[in-house]
Amino acid sequence: MQSGKRITTHLLLLAIPCLFLFCSLASANDTCQECHQALGGDSEKLVENFAHDVHALRGLSCVDCHGGDPKDSEMTAMDPAKGFHGHVVRNQIPPLCGSCHSDASYMRRFNPNIPTDQYTKYLVSQHGKLNAQGDQKVAVCTSCHGVHGIRSKTDPLSPVFLTNAPKTCSQCHANAAYMKEYQIPTNQFEEYHQSVHGQALLERGDRAAPACHSCHGSHDASRPKSIAIGNICAQCHALSRDLFVHSPHKAAHDRMGLPECEVCHGNHFIQKTTDAMLGTGNEAVCMQCHKAESKGFQIAHAMKNSIEELKTSLSDAETVVLKAEHIGMNVDEAKYDLSQAKNTLTQARAYVHSFSDQEVQSIAEKGKAIAKKANGGGEKAIEAFQFRRKGFWISALIIALLVLGLLLKIRDIEKKDPDA
Amino acid sequence: MGKPSFREGLRSFLNARYSLESFSKLFKEKQVPVHRHSLWYYLGGTTLFFIIVQIATGILLLFYYRPTSEGAFESVKFIMTKVEFGWLIRSVHAWSANCVIFSAFVHLLSAFFLRAYRKPRELTWVTGCFLFFLLLGFGFTGYLLPWNTLSYFATKVGTEITAKVPGVGPLLSRILRGGDDVGDATLARFFSIHVAMLPLLLFFLMGIHLLMVQIQGMSWPPSFDSGEPRRSSESGGGPPSVPEEKKNRSIPFFPNFFLRDLVVWLTIFGIILSLSVYFPAELGQKADPYQPTPAGIRPEWYFLFLFQTLKFFPGHVGPFEGDLLAIVLINLAGLGLILTPFLDIWTKRGRFSPFLILGLLGLLYVIAATTMALLAPVH
Repeated sequence: MQSGKRITTHLLLLAIPCLFLFCSLASANDTCQECHQALGGDSEKLVENFAHDVHALRGLSCVDCHGGDPKDSEMTAMDPAKGFHGHVVRNQIPPLCGSCHSDASYMRRFNPNIPTDQYTKYLVSQHGKLNAQGDQKVAVCTSCHGVHGIRSKTDPLSPVFLTNAPKTCSQCHANAAYMKEYQIPTNQFEEYHQSVHGQALLERGDRAAPACHSCHGSHDASRPKSIAIGNICAQCHALSRDLFVHSPHKAAHDRMGLPECEVCHGNHFIQKTTDAMLGTGNEAVCMQCHKAESKGFQIAHAMKNSIEELKTSLSDAETVVLKAEHIGMNVDEAKYDLSQAKNTLTQARAYVHSFSDQEVQSIAEKGKAIAKKANGGGEKAIEAFQFRRKGFWISALIIALLVLGLLLKIRDIEKKDPDA
Repeated sequence: MGKPSFREGLRSFLNARYSLESFSKLFKEKQVPVHRHSLWYYLGGTTLFFIIVQIATGILLLFYYRPTSEGAFESVKFIMTKVEFGWLIRSVHAWSANCVIFSAFVHLLSAFFLRAYRKPRELTWVTGCFLFFLLLGFGFTGYLLPWNTLSYFATKVGTEITAKVPGVGPLLSRILRGGDDVGDATLARFFSIHVAMLPLLLFFLMGIHLLMVQIQGMSWPPSFDSGEPRRSSESGGGPPSVPEEKKNRSIPFFPNFFLRDLVVWLTIFGIILSLSVYFPAELGQKADPYQPTPAGIRPEWYFLFLFQTLKFFPGHVGPFEGDLLAIVLINLAGLGLILTPFLDIWTKRGRFSPFLILGLLGLLYVIAATTMALLAPVH
């Protein structure tokens, strides 16, 4: 037993000079990577990850962040006199990254279009502010982008790739224990995942759908102030926002300090809108503020009626057109009209944000007229179908009578001249 | 003596100048044999009827059809949706196009198996074969005209096969396409071939074919050979005389057989109408040359056995390309079919003809290859 321990000790003592011997033999290359690879374990994995790091791919190496001398195969490579500063303290990571990423002339060498305001934005973000106060838990660059294996944000394996970003944010923000001292909710990711936006991005991979940073910002991440929410939603929902701004609701929301879109649609748990949200029913969001028989109540009721009438017209037209198509008639024009009428329904729904019953009614009437035209097209096709069938049977009857007449004539001829 | 009627006057006027009496005599004295295979005599008439339907409906379609890649599909759509009875005219044209080929094929088969090609009707057979090939040409050129996805890509595949014909193939394909690919020029050429070139050839060949039938009369099956009617030259230049022993087994073409023909024509017209009403011709999607060839593209049913034959051949057979060899064999088979009357020396000598076995095997092959192509999974 004693002799076994002695052999292990001797082998370890022998391994250290061997490692240095190996490093000195490999001194022509990057000694940082060679030695760390030879050390095995996490150190080796670090070197492997760095091989596909976006920085390594552009010719940067360990010394660009950690200092030292990569040509020196001895321990003196890590001499502070050679600029080596080893492990970067967490709150020093943003300025270290910023030392290059904020230098426009330096960054242009790699990508002329890359932004160089990340660090400036970070300083004004909630994360940056807490970091400046010495908070060692708050997010720094590596929290989101990773370290020693950083990939471009356009790389699907990157943690900040659009479809991965919400999950990356949730690493901290969905961790109740980690976030406890900040006293903010930790259910955002769960809610977002179930929202219309989350379903589109995370389930269907629709990269047009917003992720956390689309509303909160990325490097300048902050809580959206109530006054800015409308502007944030307007990035995609421009028409609805424009209609809202010109509606009486805008002044009322400003006066009452209400967060515009969020009042009716919510924030992280935004669901697909339904017509039930409009009007005076139990699910109608209008009823959250407007009392029964008030002016707002009446307008909500009128808007809902206009939309329901348009939907009924559309449904009737669709039934007729589909029936005509089902029996094999060409109803391309009627289908085109139907699609136009459906567009007006979408338009009428968007114009709900004008909160003007007259506007919505005017669009709905236009849609009803188009739906009526489509309905007419479908009915005409069905009539033509019936006409064809009737016409065929009449023709068949005439043909049958002619055939019968001919057969009688043949019999008559052959009776007169049986030899023929 | 009273004044002659207008009809009599007209007849007398024409007869004095064009001796119509000899024509009408020919027509009146024409006999149609009656025996257990008489049914097949109707096939020539049905083919003729379908051709008449095709000409009539084709002329009506020409009023609206525009032979350009931009306008072809739209004009067919216009015919199908806006023109009064346009859907019916196009559907009848499409169904009749299929029926005419089927009818001509069965007519050809019946003439083959009843050995109607034997002396003195060798040239009637040869013109009949050429007429059948012409009808296939009508099918091939007409299929592209609606300019929908199916027709476009089927023509693309079809003209690619043409390019593989040894020697003249590439030139023939280029002449057909009017360029390197199927496009506007192809459509213009196919249209011109379909409505001008092929109809001229058809009228010419059909005229000769019908004239020959008229002069020589209907063929009797070989078992009646002992009493084959003498040719007009042998009976003093008049119509073919029918021996007394056969007269009892013949009926006059006019009016007896002609009226029967009318019954058949009316019946098949009714069938075409019902098919057109219940299964109208489809419009499909407008051809987009920039789209990849869709899955399951194959030619019309009457070309399927040729398509399948090409598939049967491997890439290379010895020193020859498989496709090339298949095309050479198909062409040789076609040539053999045309030359059957001259190659079948056994029938000439009144002996059992191996051509019957050959024909039967050929027919079985066509049916089997077509069925295989129809049942082949779509990739």
